Amino acid sequence: MAERSFAAEVEKLRVGAGAEFAGEGILAVTKALLQSGVSYVGGYQGAPISHLMDVLGDAHEILEELGIHFENSASEATAAAMLAASVHYPLRGAVTFKSTVGTNVASDALANLSSGGVTGGALIIVGEDYGEGSSIMQERSHAFAMKSQIWLMDPRPNLTAIVDSVDLGFRLSEASNTPVMLELRLRSCHIHGKFIAKDNVRPSFTLKDAIENPRQDPARVVLPPASFAHEQEKLNVRWPAAVKFIKENKINEVINDGAQDFGIILQGGLYNTVIRALQLLGLSDVYGNSKIPLYILNVTYPIIDDEVIEFAKSKRAVLLVEEGQPDYIEQNLHAVLRRADVPTKLFGKEMLPPAGEYTPAHVIKGITEFIKKYGPELLDQNALPAVVRPNGDKPTSLETRIAPEKVHGRPPSFCTGCPERPIFTALKLAERETGKHHISADIGCHLFSILPPFNIGATTMGYGLGSAGASAFQSIETDKQVISFMGDGGFWHNGLTSGIGNAVFNQSDGLTVIVDNAYSAATGGQDILSSQADNELRSTKHPIEAAVRGIGVKWVKTITNTYKVSEMRETFKSALTGSVKGPKIIVAQSECTLNRMRREKPAMAKKIKEGKRVVKERFGIDPDTCTGDHSCIRINGCPSLTIAPNPDPMRKDPVATILNTCVGCGLCGEAAHAAVLCPSFYRTEVITNPSIWDKAKLAIRSAVIGFLQNGIERRLVGIQPNA
Amino acid sequence: MLNQSRPITMAVLAMGGEGGGVLADWCIDIAEHSGYWAQTTSVPGVAQRTGATIYYLEFFADDQSNKEPILSTMPTPGEVDIVIASELMEAGRAVFRGFVTPETTTFIASTNRVYSMTEKTAMGDGRVSSEELLSACEAAAKKFISGDFAEVADKSGTVISASLFGALAGSGALPFSKDQFASAIERSGVGVKNSLIAFEKSFEIAQNSLKPKPNPVSISIGAKPADAPTANLGLTPAQELEILNNPNGAVGSKLQGLASRIKSDYPSAVTLMTISGIKRTADYQDADYAKVYLDRLEAVKECDSVFGDGTYRTLNEVARYTALWMTYEDTIRVADLKTRRTRFNRVNDEARVGDNQIMQVREFLHPMAEEIADTLPTFLGGWIIKTKPVTNFINKLTINGMRLHTTSLHGYFLLYILARLKFIRRRSLRFNLEQERIDQWLTKILAVMPENYDLAYEIAESANVIKGYGDTHKNGWRNFTSLMSEVDKLRESKDSTAATRISTLRSAALSDETGEKLRALL
Repeated sequence: MAERSFAAEVEKLRVGAGAEFAGEGILAVTKALLQSGVSYVGGYQGAPISHLMDVLGDAHEILEELGIHFENSASEATAAAMLAASVHYPLRGAVTFKSTVGTNVASDALANLSSGGVTGGALIIVGEDYGEGSSIMQERSHAFAMKSQIWLMDPRPNLTAIVDSVDLGFRLSEASNTPVMLELRLRSCHIHGKFIAKDNVRPSFTLKDAIENPRQDPARVVLPPASFAHEQEKLNVRWPAAVKFIKENKINEVINDGAQDFGIILQGGLYNTVIRALQLLGLSDVYGNSKIPLYILNVTYPIIDDEVIEFAKSKRAVLLVEEGQPDYIEQNLHAVLRRADVPTKLFGKEMLPPAGEYTPAHVIKGITEFIKKYGPELLDQNALPAVVRPNGDKPTSLETRIAPEKVHGRPPSFCTGCPERPIFTALKLAERETGKHHISADIGCHLFSILPPFNIGATTMGYGLGSAGASAFQSIETDKQVISFMGDGGFWHNGLTSGIGNAVFNQSDGLTVIVDNAYSAATGGQDILSSQADNELRSTKHPIEAAVRGIGVKWVKTITNTYKVSEMRETFKSALTGSVKGPKIIVAQSECTLNRMRREKPAMAKKIKEGKRVVKERFGIDPDTCTGDHSCIRINGCPSLTIAPNPDPMRKDPVATILNTCVGCGLCGEAAHAAVLCPSFYRTEVITNPSIWDKAKLAIRSAVIGFLQNGIERRLVGIQPNA
Repeated sequence: MLNQSRPITMAVLAMGGEGGGVLADWCIDIAEHSGYWAQTTSVPGVAQRTGATIYYLEFFADDQSNKEPILSTMPTPGEVDIVIASELMEAGRAVFRGFVTPETTTFIASTNRVYSMTEKTAMGDGRVSSEELLSACEAAAKKFISGDFAEVADKSGTVISASLFGALAGSGALPFSKDQFASAIERSGVGVKNSLIAFEKSFEIAQNSLKPKPNPVSISIGAKPADAPTANLGLTPAQELEILNNPNGAVGSKLQGLASRIKSDYPSAVTLMTISGIKRTADYQDADYAKVYLDRLEAVKECDSVFGDGTYRTLNEVARYTALWMTYEDTIRVADLKTRRTRFNRVNDEARVGDNQIMQVREFLHPMAEEIADTLPTFLGGWIIKTKPVTNFINKLTINGMRLHTTSLHGYFLLYILARLKFIRRRSLRFNLEQERIDQWLTKILAVMPENYDLAYEIAESANVIKGYGDTHKNGWRNFTSLMSEVDKLRESKDSTAATRISTLRSAALSDETGEKLRALL
């Protein structure tokens, strides 16, 4: 991390036994790792687990003291493969990434790891990016756990529970020779809470011990016949061991069993939502003392058959609260109950939504329906929460008060001053001349191009796969090329080989734009190979152009200032209309403005304080020459370029205006020129601590211009009333 | 019997980069310092980049049992005690999502608007009415506190989280004292002084808005809706009345005669618009030009008085668009406006030039051969347009545009001299073209009004599709001609829905750049 410091968080990691630790969920996990004697940590950044990586990245002193190796893995596959260190050695290791996208990438290594099994505890911390605020396809990590036989923990969204599950996860992994996946939902990662800390622990068996005493055992390698033995071992040895450990340690919880002849089974991660629902229905207090028996699955895979049967057999019915689809747990429970001939009715997705996030409203509705069927006397009809209050009962507070079209969607977009926006402005202008192209997009901030006002980009197939996503579009019947985008993050993650190498080898014709903003920006501004910043712990400044030339691309243009819209447009045109065949690469290079500002704002403030001459630029629009057509906004989309009520009383439409948040990136001016827009744009340069020369020039100019302006005013006399 | 105590619940709707997280952290800080259990969660995801985001907090009084309460990570519609929205459409979103309910919610909303992309990219006025949003918010809340907290923050030199925090303190919705709130800001240690100023001001706004009001207070939120009747010239009712009573007082000596004409000959419904019109045209060229303007309206006035519905709405719009059309933006006008003292002062204010600071201004101009030809005398301009090599030569010279340093002597002189070319305007290529077009448009209005008053009104309004510079202006003119030929067709077929049809087409013409939607409807 070049431009952000996590020193405050790092200090929290030093908290010792008995002290209270207050902070975010994902930071608690970081602390829990240090407390559990972990030897190595890797991962790939992405919401919601970036913070774990960022903090450890700044914590190298602590890590060195404890003998822990930490690295920013090149991809999730790299991270998962890192867990190989726990196969032969009693080393505890943890890796982290966003799921399911990261788990997709990691699944090759994860499958190999789970087949051979582990000796040391292997923990995969996945940030389950599901539901509101998610930026990825809606799938479940559960499937990966099932397919490779990795145990899946789903702790309550509570810091103590999360921290405990890190320790339990390592022990479960060691007890059953199986990797364990710790699933943390978005909100659990960002939750603020507290827990009582323990001392950090230096592992008793260290990396040094392993490196100096290498071990080998073909029985742990995925190659016949060992691979066939692994499958048997998984079912006959590791599974029972896991079940035993989970039961003995009572990881799953049963609350108030026997209170009713019906009950609720739930995923640990949904515990707080279910308790809130019960509380609002008058069936629990705020401390979780539920009137309804609960069976809480803090481990959602494997299902412990005995526990399920024990909970269900004394009841008429149970409701399963399982978020996401397919309904793996529901199917599993049906099979368990059927095999054991338990007649208890099982409800799940028929009372709760079959897909989508389980918000309190959904859970309240589902539980209400269930209770109405099996214990209606428990519900006070006059004190129901609003979401299940019958209409007409009393003034319903949830009636619609505003039409949906009055509340526009507000998707994320390029920041003010973003150097990526001008790339799309230029492409839009180039397409006015070359016609529209099929455009394959990638993952990263640049994907915001698919939204208005640019509407550029047809598909996105995954991180670094922008170029690969265009690979089918090769035809000798047309000269028209397709365009693909890729970010620098995706490029180093895999795009260099999956996209560029592939295009070179297959002699594909087409243009790939690599957006090089010097950071893995969308995930929080982490450094990558081509970053421009000095980083004492990592090797940076490896140019993308050198990499693509090295892999065999001949046509490469690096633009070092993306704000030059005309130059960008001409480069697009020459790539799209030229006669050169084969892959063409434009490296569009300008630093991420969010990170640049993190560095430059304080530096500028310091210079001003020191009395040095500082020039700050920003743009403006003359409202009296703006005709309110908003063409500028449609090729720009900057948050600081917006509309305002027209100060001209005769005009009805709002004028374009530039807010004070403008950072003076220059796109407005460049776009006004490149698109031949209008003469309303101007740039102001405010000079703080001006030199004597500045002041002298100002004096002369003010005198002459002031004189001429007096003349202008004289000639206008007689139009406005005398003041 | 179960313990019935419930946590206090609070949702904060903000946009990325507004400090919603800071606000949440302050709240957690006070709560924990006051012996409460407190929890916050958020789903920032990619929303840190200007997208909408929600922070959700719960507070629970420690009942000395020291048992940890189970707090929810998500708001439940109908059960949210406090909702804070950092912007008016976000406030609307809170209402839409059912977080704000009349039985439960103290609702704090900032009335400033951060326009959505849909509102911003419209060719005309795509804004959602602030009044509508505001009244929905007011109706939905138990207690409603509103104010422009963004402006308060801006004036105090801080960000909106500080002023919203002040409003929260002032609302009394959380069981903490003002001092407790303020000390959370102090403990955070960043920008404390300015944050406290914004905190104080907003605290007061909140307290005042909770006081019982003898009369409903109208809340000023900037723009009036675009479709408001009459002139809607952004004047206060008192100012409007003054002009209506004494039009002559609103103009200078050169326009006294025209103002008297307006007073005696014109209906008061159009006084405000016509007074603005004569001032605008005189400012653009001279008093004679203002006379030409008023003469143009004469026939429309007569016609409207016979065939109109008494509102003179067509005349009013004709008065508006004739003035705007007659003062089309040529290079002379642009140079004129850019060199004025009022403009210099405005730019200075906007750049917030302080002590020991100097400001310079650079214009981004891009004159093309056509615009230069437009300004030249008809014969010369016409020759340039017709002679391709000359056009190409000029365009080649200007292709990269020019950045003119207006606050330098040479830059200012250049614009100043250009502005002084007013005297050749009457003989210029564009001037004659536009006068011709205006008269054709007026002729059509006059011809249509006796047969279909509403259609005549629509023709008047259609002038609004012509706007912008360069290609945008060309597209606008093309759309306008399409509309006018549709008018002709509708007149021939004596279509009774003609006015509605043109109104629909007019909106379509303003919905995109290329005229695609308009073509689809035609």
